[in-house]
Amino acid sequence: MQKIAELMRAKAVELLQSSKAERVLAWRAGEFFYDNAPAAFNDVDACQEIVYNEFCPANLAKYLIEATKQQKKTVVFLKPCDTYGVNQLLKDHRIKREYFYAVGTPCSGMLDVKKIKELGAKAITQITCEDNKVIVETPYGTKEFAKEEVLLDKCMMCKGNEYKIADEELGEKLEPIQFVGDRFAAVKAIEAMSAEERFAFWQEELSKCIRCNACRDICPACSCEQCIFDNQEAPVGGKAAADDVEEQLFHLIRAYHVAGRCVGCGECARVCPQGVKLGLLNLKFIKDINQFYGAYQAGEDATTPSPLVSYKENDPEAEEAVQRRG
Amino acid sequence: MLKDAAKFEPKIVAFCCNWCSYAGADGAGTARKNYPANVKIIKVPCSCRVNPMFILRAFQRGADGVILCGCHPGDCHYSTGNYYTRRRMALLMSMLNFMGVAEDRFRVEWVSAAEGAKFAEVMNDFVVQITALGENVKLRDLRCKK
Repeated sequence: MQKIAELMRAKAVELLQSSKAERVLAWRAGEFFYDNAPAAFNDVDACQEIVYNEFCPANLAKYLIEATKQQKKTVVFLKPCDTYGVNQLLKDHRIKREYFYAVGTPCSGMLDVKKIKELGAKAITQITCEDNKVIVETPYGTKEFAKEEVLLDKCMMCKGNEYKIADEELGEKLEPIQFVGDRFAAVKAIEAMSAEERFAFWQEELSKCIRCNACRDICPACSCEQCIFDNQEAPVGGKAAADDVEEQLFHLIRAYHVAGRCVGCGECARVCPQGVKLGLLNLKFIKDINQFYGAYQAGEDATTPSPLVSYKENDPEAEEAVQRRG
Repeated sequence: MLKDAAKFEPKIVAFCCNWCSYAGADGAGTARKNYPANVKIIKVPCSCRVNPMFILRAFQRGADGVILCGCHPGDCHYSTGNYYTRRRMALLMSMLNFMGVAEDRFRVEWVSAAEGAKFAEVMNDFVVQITALGENVKLRDLRCKK
């Protein structure tokens, strides 16, 4: 990963100097090495601050909307899974191809520092990955975890190491995550519950929501110019002004709004400060769409229309579809 | 006739498309087919005008059942509107089920302008079904823990 960071810095400098781009989108170190944040770099000197390690989960795709608005050609580093979001934004006409230069950046899975801490590592000073082992250095000694235990949830649904859009690729592709199971396993578990249990599950889950809108802000499919939830005058604007029922409706509608366009990146669930299992609602829509209307992966390319803006004459009726789901 | 106060009278919202189902309701009237007054019709230009939020809002504001009626697939006044409706509503229905909320309070039916009798039949049947299910508590009370 350190090598990749060096390649990134060199590439950023090269592209800026050759005037192929005016700006670079990458990650900058946070307060700790495990809380890197997305950042824009405007000149060659600043590019030395670019970092890349197992803690750069954020998808930079959405920042391209701003780049398009400013009409500034921007270099963006994209992990394989991030490229789906970029395609989706292109399809939704939210970004323009001429304003960005995509550099495919290899990824071997991002780690979840919360999981590492929950497993008992305190005052982490260093984390290194060796194959499928994660070695965590602390002042109290070294701890070793299996990578599977501490990977981000979204990386457990890894889509592989192919870039769906890239002007060039940095270095060699890395091995994709090997412990990807059935990404719908959690959805199926809920489907297997009784109606009462499902209701109780969602009531418990969605009651945690503080309506910070982080899930909306991070989502590459949720990119409306104006959003009803920003309107302070609207009764649905914020938690304080809202009826409690709005929480459930908010999540239902948020998930519905991106149905057919959700790339399944899992960012909504990752950024949720309350740990609401939001991604399950999106995954449920993806699962249903696949089952009712044929397999579809949003963001696979920038042209195939979403299943909700297309139809077949012999689609199942609503009741039939629900029963057929089994 | 005075209604028995103790008897549960469901509130039912029917979204009907202007071109087929609303005319179907008219047809039911002209043909003197009865259907219960529990059904309150809201006319929409096309069944695909109905946003999933309309359905959810109707439930939240006190409807016990919501039915969406449109032209038969292939007969849409705008050619294809109801095909989109069909996909959207299938997903919504499945999601209501997934959230543990009874999806049988919500129905999608295709009723043409010539099907006055079918309109009355569908509405009678739906009122019976919702009366049997009783008052809608969950969808109205789809709220956080207190």
